Amino acid sequence: MAERARRIGRSAILLWRVLRANPLTLVGFVIVVLIAGTAVIMVSVPHLLTSYGVDQGTVDYHQSPSWHHLFGTDGNGLDIFSMVLYGLPVDLAIAFAIAGVALLGGGALGLIAGFWDRPGTAGGIASVVIMRITDIFLSFPSLILALAIAVSLGRGVWQLVVAVLLTWWPFYVRLVRGETLAVKHLPYVMAARAAGVTEGRIVLRHVVRNVLEPVIVYFTLDIGTVLVTLSTIGYVGLGVNYPTTPEWGSMISYYQGAGLITSYPWTVLGPGLAIFITVLAFSLLGDGLRDVLDPRSRRVLAGNAGRSSTSPAEQEEAAEEVQQEVLELPTNVPAAQEALS
Amino acid sequence: MGRSPSDLAVFVGKRLVQLIPVLIGITILTFVFTHLSAVNPCAQWFPHADKTTLANCQHQFNQPLVTQYLQYVNNLLHGNWGASVSAVAVYPQIAAGLPATLELVFAALFLMIVIGIPLGVIAAQSSGRWPDHLVRIFYLSGWATPTYLGAVIAAIFIAPYLGLPSHGEYTGLVPPFKQYTHMSVVDALLAGNLPWTVDAISHLILPATTLAFINMGIATRMTRSSMLEVIPLDYVKSARMKGLSEFWVLYKHALRNSLITTTTVLGVTAGGLLAGTVVIEKVFGWPGIGAYAYTAIGGGGAAPNFDGAVAVVAVFAVGVVVANLIADILYGLLDPRVDWR
Repeated sequence: MAERARRIGRSAILLWRVLRANPLTLVGFVIVVLIAGTAVIMVSVPHLLTSYGVDQGTVDYHQSPSWHHLFGTDGNGLDIFSMVLYGLPVDLAIAFAIAGVALLGGGALGLIAGFWDRPGTAGGIASVVIMRITDIFLSFPSLILALAIAVSLGRGVWQLVVAVLLTWWPFYVRLVRGETLAVKHLPYVMAARAAGVTEGRIVLRHVVRNVLEPVIVYFTLDIGTVLVTLSTIGYVGLGVNYPTTPEWGSMISYYQGAGLITSYPWTVLGPGLAIFITVLAFSLLGDGLRDVLDPRSRRVLAGNAGRSSTSPAEQEEAAEEVQQEVLELPTNVPAAQEALS
Repeated sequence: MGRSPSDLAVFVGKRLVQLIPVLIGITILTFVFTHLSAVNPCAQWFPHADKTTLANCQHQFNQPLVTQYLQYVNNLLHGNWGASVSAVAVYPQIAAGLPATLELVFAALFLMIVIGIPLGVIAAQSSGRWPDHLVRIFYLSGWATPTYLGAVIAAIFIAPYLGLPSHGEYTGLVPPFKQYTHMSVVDALLAGNLPWTVDAISHLILPATTLAFINMGIATRMTRSSMLEVIPLDYVKSARMKGLSEFWVLYKHALRNSLITTTTVLGVTAGGLLAGTVVIEKVFGWPGIGAYAYTAIGGGGAAPNFDGAVAVVAVFAVGVVVANLIADILYGLLDPRVDWR
């Protein structure tokens, strides 16, 4: 129990240090927490935040924004602000589902392709096959591929999720494979192997744990990207049915299609603002985290702050970073892209 | 190290050969698409077709898959890319739209280079201070703006404010000169017609700026992080010690080296730029393949054109592959550490 409490405490201190490094990361974190809190309230007790139900019309038609209707109302008397709030958990759930499944599926393939890549073995063949298929998927702009799949599958929440998911997993394969390649020759992995630890256990206990950090950072940034892509698909008109399901992209598509942008711009700008703020918050957090994890900028950050403490643990960490950098040294463009994306 | 001209031929040749499996993969994937759509693809593809067309279509689908695939590739190579529901051939339309899209993408790339890269330098120079934060907010705002929202705001609210046109390539419908390249600005320049050149540029500004703003993040972020890597190096310090001005040190000495990594921007952003054209061309009435894709996919509730959608998706994929090839070769040319053999 005490061990666990200490570990949680240490993680909290680490998180605080990361957030403190850049005020924008902290801003992003605070907004993300607020957004998550709002989503939880909207799912459990929506009447704390809005006096209207989903798809419940009022008698105020085409009202401009006011204190009573923050984002105004539409021609059916729907309160835009309430609809945006109801859309929040829907959009977040879809985005987390897509990015999460892509992470698990793509990540597993990336681990296999990265860890068992010796040519000539069964693993080597599997690794080549996985990477070739990944490359082919990566050569399609994901939004366009998702649009094409969405049009084949038809309208609906599930179709939307499947369409984006089918184009999303390859990014995680590339990322996790790159990280696995960088980690698997490090001394501690070799030591584990020399100590007779089985391959599967090495992957699960030693590789996964060290690959996790960059993957979580990428995931944070990715939530924003998924949200933007989803909303574009909704905008093109392949999303879900608004107002039955209040999804932001479909909401914009609905009002834009009705030609309301010039006469009643708030119907389009309201959900647009919601997407913008949500994506910006996740991006600020993710971008800041990525900076802290990037050994290059970490060194510069430390240099700027003039805090060059050199405890043995930190020296070890620095040595590890250098080693990672050497392993990741981009010798060709795909590798450089891997390292930078 | 092999860096002689004959080695360069090997270097380029090797990359061209590596393209072949990717291109085959793309055609296989798009071929799978044509089979993915529905229980009865023929009925979905040709909803208003007569009995003979339907029977021909059914006959094709009863062939073995390999035969069907070879027939598909054969058709692709002969410019026989199918037709829309109203029997408008796909290939001529895509061929006609491609130059306009390329012009838009190149204009956006130009803006990303002249704005995004200096911003990256400024951010790196003032890493951790307010100019760095402002730059970060700027590029993440672009990242967080859904394409259609940016395009709609630019076309409806910003265009009248700045007095810029927001629809089409020229104010007049038919320019009074021969269109050799079908790129509006280039054609007007070739004809030496100054008023039409100015008109063409003013039409290009808003769509290109929107496209560049949305994709700016990658260029700025990569410049920033590669500058952070270069600035602490000895040769930059010695340039500074020689008494060179800070501007000269950063933009001549440091940027030159970090730009080598930034060439990979071309490959990384190709997908984003091409995907962005789908909505941007639609909103700005730009006659390119992005707008064609929007219509073919069934955007705005139109009847989808499956042949057109599949073909345009494949063209976008080839665009990404070619952009990566160019970036890869450029990187090899610029970085003296890359062995060409």
